[in-house]
Amino acid sequence: MATLEVEGLTKSFGGVRAVQGVTFAVEPGEMLALIGPNGAGKSTCFNMLNGQLRPDAGRVRLMGRDITGIAPRQVWRLGVGRTFQITATFGSMTVLENVQMALLSHHRRLGQLWRPVARMDAAPARALLDRLGMADQAARPCGILAYGDLKRVELAIALANEPKLLLMDEPTAGMAPQERVSLMALTADIARESGIAVLFTEHDMDVVFSHADRILVLDRGRLIAEGEPAVVRADPKVREVYLGSGAVTGAH
Amino acid sequence: MENLVLQALSGLASASSLFLVASGLTVIFGVSRVVNFAHGSLYMLGAYLAWTLVTTLPRGHLGFWGGVIGAALLVGLIGLLVEVLLLRRIYRAPELFQLLATFGVVLIVQDLALMTWGAQDLLGPRAPGLRGSVEIVGLRFPLYELFLIGVGPVVLALLWLLFHRTRWGTLVRAATQDREMVGALGVNQRMLFTSVFFLGSLLAGLGGALQLPRESVNLHMDLSIITEAFVVVVVGGLGSLSGAALAALLIGELHAFGILIVPKITLVLVFLVMALVLVVRPHGLLGKPEAAARGGQGSAEPVIGPAPPALRWLALAALAVAVVLPPFLGDYAVSVLTELAIFVLFAASLHLIMGPGGMASFGHAAYFGLGAYGAALAAQWLGAPMLAGLALAPLMAGIFGLVFGYFCVRLSGVYAAMLTLAFAQIAWSVAFQWVEVTGGDNGILGVWPDAWAAPKLVYYYLALALCLGATLFLRRVVHAPFGYALRAQRDSTLRAEAIGIDAFRIRWLGFALAAAAAGIAGGLFAYGKGSVFPTYMGIPRSVDALLMVLLGGVQTLSGPIIGALAFTGLQEQLVRLTDLWRLILGCIIVLLVLFFPQGLAGAARARWEARHGDA
Repeated sequence: MATLEVEGLTKSFGGVRAVQGVTFAVEPGEMLALIGPNGAGKSTCFNMLNGQLRPDAGRVRLMGRDITGIAPRQVWRLGVGRTFQITATFGSMTVLENVQMALLSHHRRLGQLWRPVARMDAAPARALLDRLGMADQAARPCGILAYGDLKRVELAIALANEPKLLLMDEPTAGMAPQERVSLMALTADIARESGIAVLFTEHDMDVVFSHADRILVLDRGRLIAEGEPAVVRADPKVREVYLGSGAVTGAH
Repeated sequence: MENLVLQALSGLASASSLFLVASGLTVIFGVSRVVNFAHGSLYMLGAYLAWTLVTTLPRGHLGFWGGVIGAALLVGLIGLLVEVLLLRRIYRAPELFQLLATFGVVLIVQDLALMTWGAQDLLGPRAPGLRGSVEIVGLRFPLYELFLIGVGPVVLALLWLLFHRTRWGTLVRAATQDREMVGALGVNQRMLFTSVFFLGSLLAGLGGALQLPRESVNLHMDLSIITEAFVVVVVGGLGSLSGAALAALLIGELHAFGILIVPKITLVLVFLVMALVLVVRPHGLLGKPEAAARGGQGSAEPVIGPAPPALRWLALAALAVAVVLPPFLGDYAVSVLTELAIFVLFAASLHLIMGPGGMASFGHAAYFGLGAYGAALAAQWLGAPMLAGLALAPLMAGIFGLVFGYFCVRLSGVYAAMLTLAFAQIAWSVAFQWVEVTGGDNGILGVWPDAWAAPKLVYYYLALALCLGATLFLRRVVHAPFGYALRAQRDSTLRAEAIGIDAFRIRWLGFALAAAAAGIAGGLFAYGKGSVFPTYMGIPRSVDALLMVLLGGVQTLSGPIIGALAFTGLQEQLVRLTDLWRLILGCIIVLLVLFFPQGLAGAARARWEARHGDA
């Protein structure tokens, strides 16, 4: 069974049809990239998947269960991790505490009034940070972290509830080229290892074509192409959309 | 029927005056985002200066109208001075610090006005040419009121022209919508802000000056008008001029007819309307949601670490003194210490909302008062023993915290703060006007501790134990998952929701917990004083709590504790030593805001960290 099935997803803002009848599915362990020029509807699409936006029409199913329009925090409880285009972490907490919060929430221990956080779920949080190569930053405040490191923290947070699906909005935006490749390689490893389905949007075509198993191309709210990287690369409609940017060839 | 027409007309006249003041406040807020508590003081100064000018200048049209206009201009200049000397330096400080600074100005102006014009009410002359009255539907109506009815719309029209037909006005509107963008476009923001303050203050001064023929000039004008003006501005929508006009109309007429229809709840009516409007429309009648600040992580609060060893030793030493010393002190000193302990808990409870919660409460005294009344009512009507009363206090405050908080924590920023104020005022006026049960203004007397706790010293130790216990419990909460969840939703609601945290629920429960803790403080205060009064829930006490927390600093719990001790101690001493305690306290507040924008504890911590080199 596919981890995520999306069927006929549609959303308009006023007169603008941001997303129209988008249908696709993601399999466990698969890295699926959602690409398209600016304003194609990628972020809108994303925000409908985890409940931040309610679609006008269409269905979203997670492991066969209809999750259309339910609140982000409930979507998370069902096993969907999320990283944001502009990172969102708790700036007044350390890296470790940020991950601990996700774990504590996962274990439903946030109502506790007495035991100090310092001693709760610290070991698994450290293990997660270790997995992402952030162990040495554990004690630093998130508020002063470099942007690339914040992206890694977000990934650690997103992995805390043992998700079945990861939604990553521009996971490598703002990172150095070297960092991008290593972060995405790591993500792909983790996804394959744990059978996590990963859906990500991305502007960097190097990242997309070297790490995605499959690619969806959105243009003006519609899916115009779908398939393995080589197929998408050769698609004349995709070339037309990206004409002049040269991005699809991967050349800079 | 005829009476109703006259009532409606006098409602219009009040609405007009109210609009003058509120329009200045809303324009200032729209551009600078400063919640200017001193706006009422400017209004009062307008009235006093008009009195001086009108009584000094030769009588007649020129003397009167020249005096009124002159007073308005002078007040405009005073506002300009306040902006340049004080507010300009703290635009980057948190909103509440600006509020604190303007409150310092309120205190300073009160004593300066007292020194200049004395404590007695001053009566001004009536307006030349507008002394008589006209006959409307067979009844007489004062000409001056009719004139006032005209002033409001004229000022509104002039402001509209100013904002829509001049370049300056366009800039003001642009800045109201998006201040950062206007700055990025290379507009001289300093000039813009200063000129907006001049205009806003001038309007406040004009509003005050025009009251001269209507009512006596006195030292209470500032606070009475500022609450009303805040209500108008918030009901209308912060920054919205037409909203202020609409709300002024609504509130003015509500006052006029409220007295006729339901005289019992006149005091509460206005706040009920405000609460209702905010529950239905979270940004006021015509307000828009504030543009989200950019650069998300820029203003992150510092990480809370373990307390520095020096602080721990200091706390232990203070505790040792608090335990060992009192038997050697007199009754008076012991009751002062009892109050200190109570206010430490009161401030600590507010801190939970303001610090980790990231919300502002202008009405925290409500829960202090509800705790006090809970205990007193139990003693009065049920003959409950002291311990039962003390148990009931947090229960009562906590339940109301749940009810009021349910509405308050849905809103954000100033709107949330104003809704807490509205609920506090509602609680206050119920205590004030429900005489049969609460004794009204006379309060409930004879709320004494049980015999075993009657000696001052025993009661002190009881209060110390309970306050210390509750404060330490709050400290545990801040370091426990619940406190972290509070901070999580404050830091990033987006992320909090994305990891399954129900931000509303966490804020709501946090609010109620803080209310219950304040209730303990209130209950102890009631038995300590032997009586309760509506003033326990009044605005001044809420402001006291705010001052304690902000003086100390909101970052860590040591802040409100130090703030409570400093503020209560300082006020106590100043009141005993000098008549000018408001002036001195106001100056101290202003200086603290200018030089210790992180509060006393924050500044101490920063110094300690700088010296020990771990930033």
